[in-house]
Amino acid sequence: MALLTAVAAHAPDSDVGLYRTVRLIRRFEERAVELVRSGDIIGGIHPYTGQEAVAAGVCAALRVDDMITSTHRGHGHVLAKGADPARTLAELAGRATGLNRGRGGSMHAADFGSGILGANAIVGANGAITAGAAWAARQDGGDQVAVSFFGDGAVNQGVLLEAMNLAALWRLPTLFVCENNGYATTLTVTDAVAGTITGRGEAFGMPSVTVDGMDPRAVLDAAREAVDRARAGGGPSLVECLTYRFDAHHTWEHKARVRYRDDDEVRSGRERDPVEIQGARLTCDERTSVDADVEAVVDAAVAFALDSPHPDPVGALDHLYATGMRARPGGGG
Amino acid sequence: MPWLSYRKALNRALVDELARDPAVFVLGEDVRVAVSNVTAGLLKRFGPDRVLDTPLSEQAFTSFATGAALRGRRPVIEFQIPALLYLAFEQIVNQAHKFSLMTGGQTRVPVTYLVPGSGSRTGWAGQHSDHPYALFAHAGVKTVVPATPEDAYGLLTTAIRDDDPVVVFAPAAALDVRVDLDHDGLAPVPLGVGRVHREGEDVTVVAVGHLVHDAVAVAEELAGDVSVEVFDPRTVYPFDWDGLAASLAKTGRLVVVDDSNRMCGIAAEVLATAAEGCDLVVPPVRVTRPDGAVVPFARGLDLAVQPDRAQLTAAIRKVLKQ
Repeated sequence: MALLTAVAAHAPDSDVGLYRTVRLIRRFEERAVELVRSGDIIGGIHPYTGQEAVAAGVCAALRVDDMITSTHRGHGHVLAKGADPARTLAELAGRATGLNRGRGGSMHAADFGSGILGANAIVGANGAITAGAAWAARQDGGDQVAVSFFGDGAVNQGVLLEAMNLAALWRLPTLFVCENNGYATTLTVTDAVAGTITGRGEAFGMPSVTVDGMDPRAVLDAAREAVDRARAGGGPSLVECLTYRFDAHHTWEHKARVRYRDDDEVRSGRERDPVEIQGARLTCDERTSVDADVEAVVDAAVAFALDSPHPDPVGALDHLYATGMRARPGGGG
Repeated sequence: MPWLSYRKALNRALVDELARDPAVFVLGEDVRVAVSNVTAGLLKRFGPDRVLDTPLSEQAFTSFATGAALRGRRPVIEFQIPALLYLAFEQIVNQAHKFSLMTGGQTRVPVTYLVPGSGSRTGWAGQHSDHPYALFAHAGVKTVVPATPEDAYGLLTTAIRDDDPVVVFAPAAALDVRVDLDHDGLAPVPLGVGRVHREGEDVTVVAVGHLVHDAVAVAEELAGDVSVEVFDPRTVYPFDWDGLAASLAKTGRLVVVDDSNRMCGIAAEVLATAAEGCDLVVPPVRVTRPDGAVVPFARGLDLAVQPDRAQLTAAIRKVLKQ
């Protein structure tokens, strides 16, 4: 227990803290993929393995009361922002104890108490939601920042570009973080994006940078500069993180055997592993203790998720209306 | 007593709610100069932080409102034409509406989507003339279509105070309706409670929005010959099924007049529900726009696809003959 306390005492933006986050996401995702294969997670997931440095670096630059919105590949962001891994995994497994009481699943994980305004399954849809939340926070007199994570595929969605315009026009405390993993599902970024991704931000007069998205510290440095600017009233920024997805777009690929990346590319992509890059900055003892801590956390999360009850089907449409209005049943009775 | 127009009633509701609750703000295209007149005077009284002119970015400002709502605001978006709802359908139906359930009740999205001038019939042609309330009712988004100035005031007020997203369709043909009433008597009107505008014994006419006025006029014309009850649901989702059942228990005959397309329209739902659960003595009839209607430009063509009084009269005659 003393060991766990020692690890937890490190700030998220320290070298140990960044390592702990990337390691936690990695092990969480690996175990989640196992639970997909065992049938405990229905419907599959979009694994985040390989992209951990982005979530770890950006969220380490944020405060608890800052906000994020996330993507269909969202577990990494959710964990890095501070959601309980056990309740996150329970949500993936559709359990009543999950973050969303089993109503959201992998693609909609949300934890408002941790500033996580929801993962979003429509590519590019969250940017404008983020802008609105950032505006309201500023109107409240606070200095919170709101971050929108999205992939390279999202930069071709009109609504995201509209959101960038609003954010820049109204100088909102917003950070647009593009995770350029090279693929929009299977379409390569070179086949999808005219111009550059940073060019999208520059078009709206936004400071826009490209960073090494495999290095948590590089991401943190860029995110911190952008967050500080936003907090000080300097408006939004775009940070493009060049990263690589180690696993499938979705676990469904394991069955479908879709081929769009050759083995050499995947092998060379995996050579720059954020867990190893950040791990090399720790002493052997530090790394060992973090690994043990993470393993215990993830073991406990798996046990918690699998031991948790399934939601009662009687309440399938609970929370449909915030006012408690009940919809007519469809069952023909 | 003073006159109150429907348009002015919407304006009064906005003024009163902005004054009552600092979480309320208005956003949309041209709202500061109040091109539609519905937002007239708001900028001067409440300032630019409460009245936001937006760029022509319907998808972004619709979800911007959702994001603000997640942070405790009560945004009211004014859409200048109903067809813009098609652009923002994803943001309303797939985002705002779904947040409460998807998050397991962690949040609420109290946004009001106000659409003054819906279902225009004054030469606005194919892309400005739809009246798409049935789409939102089908999706489960609370949907309101007031017929009168006092209901416009009362229902918009309730919509703004409601913790869920609500679309308020103010029909173009109702905007200039005026009533003589005491303004102090204006009050919130609950969602899902219909209103009997005229009592009758022989047939229930369910009318939505501006067609309520046509239904009342037809009922007056037929008075002495046929006793027509005019039932206005006021909100099409949730619908006042108890109010409908009570009326049909009295009349046993049903005609629905509805300014949406026939296929999967509100009239279809009213007929189906009445057939399932009420004691109809004859088959019901509906008067609607045609299936899949695209409103043509020329005046005569435009009117040819709108439900009208002659069709309603014929429908009433039809259910009474059987």
